[in-house]
Amino acid sequence: MKGMDENPLDLLPELLLAGAAVAGLLLGSWLPRRRQWAVVLLCALACLAAAAAAVVAAPGPATTAFDGAYALDPLTTTARLVLTGATLLVTVLSLRPLGGHPRESEYHVLVLLTAAGSLVLAGAQDILLLAAAYLLAGIPAYALAGFAKDGPGTEAALKYYVLGAIGGVVLLTGTTLLYAATGTTAYPRLAHAEAAPAALLTAGTLGVLGGLLFKSGAVPAHFWVPDAVQGSAPPVAALLTTLPKAGALTALFRLGAVPLAGSAVPWPALLATLAAASMTLGNLAALLQRDVRRLLAYSAVSQVGYLLMPVAVAGRTALAQPAFLYYVAAYALTNLGAFAVVCALPRATTTDRWRGLVGHRPLLAVSLAVCLLGLVGTPPTAVFLGKLQAFTALFDAGYGWLAVLAAANTVVSLFYYLRWLAPAFTPGAAPPTGGEDRLARGTAHTAAAASLALGLAAGPVLALLDGPPAH
Amino acid sequence: MLTVLVFAPAAVALVLLALPRTVPDAVHRTAWTVTSALLLAFTAALWAAHGTGGGYAYETRVRWMPSAGVGYHVGVDGLSLPLTVLTCVLFLACALYSWRERRRVRAHAALFLLLQTTCLGVFVSLDLILFFVFFDLSIVAMYFVIAGWGRDQAARAALTFFLYTFLGSLALLLGFIGLYLAASPHTFDMTDLTRADPLAGRPVAAGLVLLALGTGLAVKTPTVPFHTWLPLAHTQAPAAGSAILAGVLLKMGTYGFLRIAMPVLSEAWRRYALVVVVLGVVSVLYGALVALAQTDLKRMIAYTSVTHMGYIVLALGAAATATAPGDEDARALAVSGAVTQMVSHGLLTGALFLLAGALHERGRTYDLAAYSGVAARAPVLAAATAVAFFASLGLPGFSGFVAEFQIFTGSLGPRPVATCLSVLGILLTAALLLRAYQQVFLGPLRLPPAPGSPRAFPDLRRREAAAVLPLLALATLLGLAPRPLLDTVEPASGLVLEWLAR
Repeated sequence: MKGMDENPLDLLPELLLAGAAVAGLLLGSWLPRRRQWAVVLLCALACLAAAAAAVVAAPGPATTAFDGAYALDPLTTTARLVLTGATLLVTVLSLRPLGGHPRESEYHVLVLLTAAGSLVLAGAQDILLLAAAYLLAGIPAYALAGFAKDGPGTEAALKYYVLGAIGGVVLLTGTTLLYAATGTTAYPRLAHAEAAPAALLTAGTLGVLGGLLFKSGAVPAHFWVPDAVQGSAPPVAALLTTLPKAGALTALFRLGAVPLAGSAVPWPALLATLAAASMTLGNLAALLQRDVRRLLAYSAVSQVGYLLMPVAVAGRTALAQPAFLYYVAAYALTNLGAFAVVCALPRATTTDRWRGLVGHRPLLAVSLAVCLLGLVGTPPTAVFLGKLQAFTALFDAGYGWLAVLAAANTVVSLFYYLRWLAPAFTPGAAPPTGGEDRLARGTAHTAAAASLALGLAAGPVLALLDGPPAH
Repeated sequence: MLTVLVFAPAAVALVLLALPRTVPDAVHRTAWTVTSALLLAFTAALWAAHGTGGGYAYETRVRWMPSAGVGYHVGVDGLSLPLTVLTCVLFLACALYSWRERRRVRAHAALFLLLQTTCLGVFVSLDLILFFVFFDLSIVAMYFVIAGWGRDQAARAALTFFLYTFLGSLALLLGFIGLYLAASPHTFDMTDLTRADPLAGRPVAAGLVLLALGTGLAVKTPTVPFHTWLPLAHTQAPAAGSAILAGVLLKMGTYGFLRIAMPVLSEAWRRYALVVVVLGVVSVLYGALVALAQTDLKRMIAYTSVTHMGYIVLALGAAATATAPGDEDARALAVSGAVTQMVSHGLLTGALFLLAGALHERGRTYDLAAYSGVAARAPVLAAATAVAFFASLGLPGFSGFVAEFQIFTGSLGPRPVATCLSVLGILLTAALLLRAYQQVFLGPLRLPPAPGSPRAFPDLRRREAAAVLPLLALATLLGLAPRPLLDTVEPASGLVLEWLAR
């Protein structure tokens, strides 16, 4: 086997992102400050090229690369497209706030590295690679959280870093335990480790799960989310709640679908419980928020709960995989749209300061409505179909109670989304317009329109998401 | 054909929103009214061309999301045609009534046009997910109507409305998923599901799915105990919003029972028919008693809606409990009575809410005690209200009588006690409507106090009359000559009963 599947072209999208990051760093150190746009352009082109490479590689059969360490299957392909698209949106959102910044190149390089790390998280088929990806997706993101070097940013970075370090240690401990129990870190061989001691196996699995839960911002490892999101710049907040989360959740799905599909560890029940806790606690905490970024942060915690629903039944029903992949894409798009609206009016920090948006910027108000109602799951936006698919998968796998709980939580979530929407649609004086960002506004419109389009074109998209994961 | 009908109002709305802000309000008003009138003419033509045949007409079926079992499937039959025409009639009435709306005319017109798309969409959908999409969007659009053009507490009322009905719609969605998973192959298509009868012989699953569907539709209808959102939403909503809410949106609940719950879950519906009957009777009596205690005109009308929708629920339940061989006629009568009641209640309650809005515009309050002897100042308003009240309490010669007579005749055989109790509801409604009429329109003239100079209290204006009087005329026409409507309804309701009886 060895040496037969070591074709670097299999990892072209990942290599493009990492290569562009390195090139951008070098280029940025030589360019004068007002020519740093060249680095931004390079990063954007790298995203587009990576997406194109992912599309070209998509039709191939599910396989693995580099001695089974990296999976090439519908999961990886979707993660590649979602993550490169999300990175592109974050890059556009950052153009204006970071334009002419002394460290603009560094910023975009860090974004690209986070994207590369998240992508490897999604594709990793070996726990050691997963641990490396965890660090690659984490360390640049810590730097991004504190990039502005101001008080809240420093606090955000510190909190994110400390909890991230703990998560990393837990993940590595879990890896060690699993290796001790089974003598391997590769997923396919972990799946056949019937002889391993159950206690050691369970402890190791819990460790890996703990690390990934931190990355995805799920209960009980969600404490960093509100502070990191509120403290960092809005584009960074958009990145933190989208990129590592999509990567980590895909990794969790892969764990459930491949090595743990027939395991004695009660994985579905455990994840279903975590999903229930995430959606409920995230919602309850969001109810009290007035700051729009904190509100979106808690909404992100509850959304992880919904995303964990199909993850919990991964490998238990054929409906789980299209449901999960579709939901990830829909969530990333809609969440970025909501953050883009925040970026468009950075001075309007609390919900009541959005009063009068409809008279001032009607299209932005409509985009906000589409994105927030989309996060609720109102048809015909994409998240609605994601939810529908996830509910169907849950009922099919015998987890109907979780679907009922999720439906109840959806109603609760309406409270706080409407608390933001209602002022925006109430006539009144215009919201504080200082620092208005036209590019972010365009991004918000694009994301809202795309979330509607994705919902209406779900038929062909869903058909593409089916296909067995690599073993 | 139906696709054009459904999406035309939305397209016009988008065009209005895309126009530059300098376009005068009159253009928006005219565009809205003309669109509504054309849609009404279109649906009326569809009805005339359809005639009285059974089965679905103007059917379109396109693959939408085949891997999720979702299709774009629309069509109309004798159950949905009258309701689509009713929708267009009421929206035209609201367009005419709202000529005097001064606040954000463009957004108002566009929102109502979007709302019309969702309402028409619900009635023509033959796919559960398509139905749900329109059902949910109607809630969103109505939320913005209440929040944007409502009274002082509109924000709270709109939130309550949204939360409550959204909860209902999610219960509905869970029920739909249950049906989808039960069918093999998995599908959301209503016609396929009806044919397949997916949950036959699985009483527990069928009961749970019916519970989910029933909860969702009962919130929308609304029946006791899910009615609490209704009075608040109505009192705060603008008059045109109330007319659509009561006239069209409530029908989505009973239409859902008739179109989805009864044919697809026939066995479970028959098993739990008694529960449905009891809910219907309780709604009738409770709605009437609470309406009797109201001092606010709009709240009173809202509670009479609970009563009137209760008759429909009673009929649908009673139709399923009649199992004796000779009962076919009674069942058919009950179901066609239910459909007639939907149309009749839509027309009358729409007219009532618009009249209440006219009264409020003049006196700035819905408080019944603030008015007295208004007939002396506004005879046309008084006469129109009298007609609406009498028609609403079921006087022969009006549509309400035809509907309620059929419902009671059809339900009396299978459920004598429940029916007798419900007849009490008519008595109570008559009492409360007459009392309210006496208070407001008869007696010595007394108008709500206005600060400064005495307020002008004009009679019904031409626009208002153009909106309200056709509704009353249609209700009278239906009462005098119900045959054309019944001829359309009966083949379709017969089909529903056939599905129900298997």
